[in-house]
Amino acid sequence: MRLPEARGELSAAVIERLGSGPAAGFACLPKVTDVDPLADEDLQLTLAVCYELHYSGFDDVEDRWEWHPGLLALRADIERMFELALRELTGPQPSVGSAEIPAALTALTAEQGGPSLARYIQSHATIDQFREFVIHRSLYQLKEADPHTFAIPRLTGRAKAALIEIQIDEYGSGQLARMHAELFRTTMSCLGLDTAYGAYLDRLPAVTLAGTNMLSMFALHRRLRAALTGQLAAFEMSSSLPNSRYGNGLRRLGGDNRATQFYDEHVEADAVHEQIAAYDMCGSLVAEHPELAADVLFGAAASEALGGMASTHLLDSWAAGRSSLRPALGSADPQPQADLLAGVAA
Amino acid sequence: MTHEPTHVRPSATVTPYEDGPLLLRGDFEIVTPDGEHIEAGRPTVALCRCGRSRIKPFCDGTHKLIDFRAPAGRQLPHPDPADDAEQRTAD
Repeated sequence: MRLPEARGELSAAVIERLGSGPAAGFACLPKVTDVDPLADEDLQLTLAVCYELHYSGFDDVEDRWEWHPGLLALRADIERMFELALRELTGPQPSVGSAEIPAALTALTAEQGGPSLARYIQSHATIDQFREFVIHRSLYQLKEADPHTFAIPRLTGRAKAALIEIQIDEYGSGQLARMHAELFRTTMSCLGLDTAYGAYLDRLPAVTLAGTNMLSMFALHRRLRAALTGQLAAFEMSSSLPNSRYGNGLRRLGGDNRATQFYDEHVEADAVHEQIAAYDMCGSLVAEHPELAADVLFGAAASEALGGMASTHLLDSWAAGRSSLRPALGSADPQPQADLLAGVAA
Repeated sequence: MTHEPTHVRPSATVTPYEDGPLLLRGDFEIVTPDGEHIEAGRPTVALCRCGRSRIKPFCDGTHKLIDFRAPAGRQLPHPDPADDAEQRTAD
């Protein structure tokens, strides 16, 4: 994928340096300033760029940047702020016993009474709004399950077996056509969207990047492995019912079985995964390491909180008659929604 | 005299999860009473046990919306509170 457009001083400095060899110094980088790490476009984009070096990398950027000490130091500064903000957002979590972990996760992920993105998409979303929703999800779904694979060597025993049982399904039992990321690619293609990984990075606001960045932060730090398992459990536990609604929304808009297969598959798969994740993975992890209980719940709470913020952003934008995406490149002012989405669909 | 190995795993297992579905793992096939194959689609499946799934025989998570309660272990015979109330009225 191409390097994105900068969104401020920090991302501009990082993107400019990545364009040259990894010998380039990092001494005179702008300081990470005191901003809201969950909402700051410059900070979240910089973090997304740092993490992308561990996945697919960027066109014309040397792979050796992945482990460049100067860049890692900058990433650590941002991560410190980001993790603190997530912990402040979610508050302290109780250190419950392993037997109480599934119930605690169920309580954290119970459907709230407020506005629901899934219900809106099922009954009201336009096809352009559905496309936007898919674009927001694309940075993660086109590499679905990859962050969690980083946890495999960091777990042992039953928790490891449980994660692998989930991952085998995520990766379609090793059959390319059944890999969940490929099913998502098919849905994007049916909607006339660009299926190249990262094609819409410039369009994704900080609130969307924060969700994928949280996953990568949990995935790349062994210290946060319990938070990653909690995040995965929360994600699976709040997935079957919403995916049923997303699939019904797409059917209402004319989507055929091929287009909705990604959502239909997740209704069935995640009803399996949520049990395995809550009981066999998180429960077993805490049985073996009682000191990790609070971090399991932190990961679940953070996942729910960021997911909620992203859903609110979409619903609020649409209620105000705006696009929930950042304007397309080359347009100085936000364009009317119809024009913007015509550009996306082209 | 034959000695049964103590830890032989059966070819398939069914696991009830508390307040949730039955997970079916191993070497299994799901068929209709007429013997027609029902595609499982994955190595481990969740079978509905709340009765409200819209994709039976598989679970779709609906049990969470109806406050379905069932233990993970075996439920022992116990009086139904509704029967008790009926009995008291009759007395």
